Amino acid sequence: MAYHSEKLIIELNEKARQLRLDVLEMIHRRGQGHPGGSLSIAEVIAALFFHHLRIDPNRPHWPERDRFILSKGHASATLYAALAHRGYFSLEELATWGHLNSRLQGHPDRLKTPGVEMTTGFLGHGLPIGAGLCLAARLKGLDYHIYALLGDGECQCGVLWEGAMTAAKYKLSKLTAIVDYNDVQLDGPVHEIMPLESLVEKWKSFGFLTVEIDGHNIRQILESLDMVKEVHNQPTVIIAHTTKGKGVSFMENKSKWHGLAPNDEEYARAVAELKGDIK
Amino acid sequence: MMEKASFRKAFAEAMVECGAKNSNVVVLVADVSSSVMTEYFAEKFPQRFFNLGIQEAGMIDTAVGFALAGMIPFANTFAGLFLRTVEQIRTCVAYARTNVKLMGGYSGVSAFKDGPTHHAIMDVAVMRAMPNLTVLAPADATEVKKILPLVVEYDGPVYVRISRAETPVVFDDTHKVEIGKGVLLQDGSDVTLIGSGVMVARCLEAAKILANEGIDAQVINIHTIKPLDASMLQEAAEKTGAIVTAEEHSIIGGLGSAVGEVLGERCPVPFERVGILDIFTETALDYESLLDHCGLGVKDVVKAARRAIKRKKGRKNGINRWRSNQGVSH
Repeated sequence: MAYHSEKLIIELNEKARQLRLDVLEMIHRRGQGHPGGSLSIAEVIAALFFHHLRIDPNRPHWPERDRFILSKGHASATLYAALAHRGYFSLEELATWGHLNSRLQGHPDRLKTPGVEMTTGFLGHGLPIGAGLCLAARLKGLDYHIYALLGDGECQCGVLWEGAMTAAKYKLSKLTAIVDYNDVQLDGPVHEIMPLESLVEKWKSFGFLTVEIDGHNIRQILESLDMVKEVHNQPTVIIAHTTKGKGVSFMENKSKWHGLAPNDEEYARAVAELKGDIK
Repeated sequence: MMEKASFRKAFAEAMVECGAKNSNVVVLVADVSSSVMTEYFAEKFPQRFFNLGIQEAGMIDTAVGFALAGMIPFANTFAGLFLRTVEQIRTCVAYARTNVKLMGGYSGVSAFKDGPTHHAIMDVAVMRAMPNLTVLAPADATEVKKILPLVVEYDGPVYVRISRAETPVVFDDTHKVEIGKGVLLQDGSDVTLIGSGVMVARCLEAAKILANEGIDAQVINIHTIKPLDASMLQEAAEKTGAIVTAEEHSIIGGLGSAVGEVLGERCPVPFERVGILDIFTETALDYESLLDHCGLGVKDVVKAARRAIKRKKGRKNGINRWRSNQGVSH
């Protein structure tokens, strides 16, 4: 397992902070979006897009690239911001998000946006699609890795577990699910709406090697991503314990902020918090 | 009586040929490989065959993954079971325009013995409403064999109805197929019978009966329900002035609806639909009597043709009466 320098950790934390600022700016400007689940994945996205993924913005269709599927497509703002910072398109284009004729749809669209591997928005698809990508790689003799970022509420979808069975049957070790376990979904706390526990046991019994981490700890994210690449006989899942709305005190752990844009005052306060002007 | 051939066997053999020609072809199935006969493919190309068990929705998504990697996945289950996967098809196949081929086995009432749960009589209506999706209903064993290589080459998602039945052989091996192009089987001047799937053979039978009555019917095979060959339909309406559609499907949303939409806009003429009249079907001991029972008999096509012709004459008389009232000469 590679050693990750403190410098890298600091850099990626700074990327995550920048993604949060971008996400809030995008959602505020548009007056629409999903701040809660976009903020909770900032570190995971930063670690993947600015360090871990084998991708090349100049060759978005490079056959050997790693595949990342944002199965929880409602967090599109974070993905778009990361893609822009990686150079798939300009940062200015982020301002077009959700406008007519924009390449940036409300939810990701693979045909419109460079770097978006798969169209998502309705939940449950990422894992079974990832299984197909993985089986295809095996036939083609390619060694790319596939990451599907799932919401925790998404783990209530039956089709996701269909994909999990497929992944286990074919021992798809190049397939890694990452669960953004923030315990808040649109209508309220996940443990009240439809409990998932024991989520770890569920994944294990479906044949996945399961790793639990603090999803806001860059070092843990990097080490778990390295670790799952060392697994060769079963699919893997990283259960990332996170906080919905992370980084903005009044949004944290509140289902209200699943799909609500902040007003001017709320936005100013959120930015000030993220910039460290207020605690 | 026309000679018969197994539709699903022809499909299964064609699937093997396609697999031999193109190494990107993979076959997925949801625990019905002996029913839809993809077992042939499995035997020949085990490494490109994936039986995913009874998970139709997951199978569609997995097929999408194959397509994203540049392969050509054929997802197989019963046509009726594709209704379980409509959201997968809408979001991940049609909207995302992934190159997934959907093989709807046991189409129509061809699973006569299994009853209405296993009959697919609204699948075309659902698939036809999906942007980007091409919808095919081959007429016989020859046509499905001819059309499958075109489906492999076609860049985009396709839904194909595959009958379970032994169906009348309409075409010989010289038959040429082009996706999106109707096939004129028999020329005529009084009425056009437009069929898809097994009803094409029944339209030909009906045309013979009509000929005995002195009615000159032309017969068209529409294997591509979407995109529809609108110009051929318009020409037929202009030429014969009366149209009958016949399909092994509900009269709502299928071939009849599609043809009606074109005629209404381009050339409104008397038009009759033969199809299942917005009811669920029944179990039967054999396929042919079930078709007859469902209102899909040769006699139903004949009656519909007579009605259309009668309306055409009535309309001509009506127009003539109107013209004479207006003092218009003709």
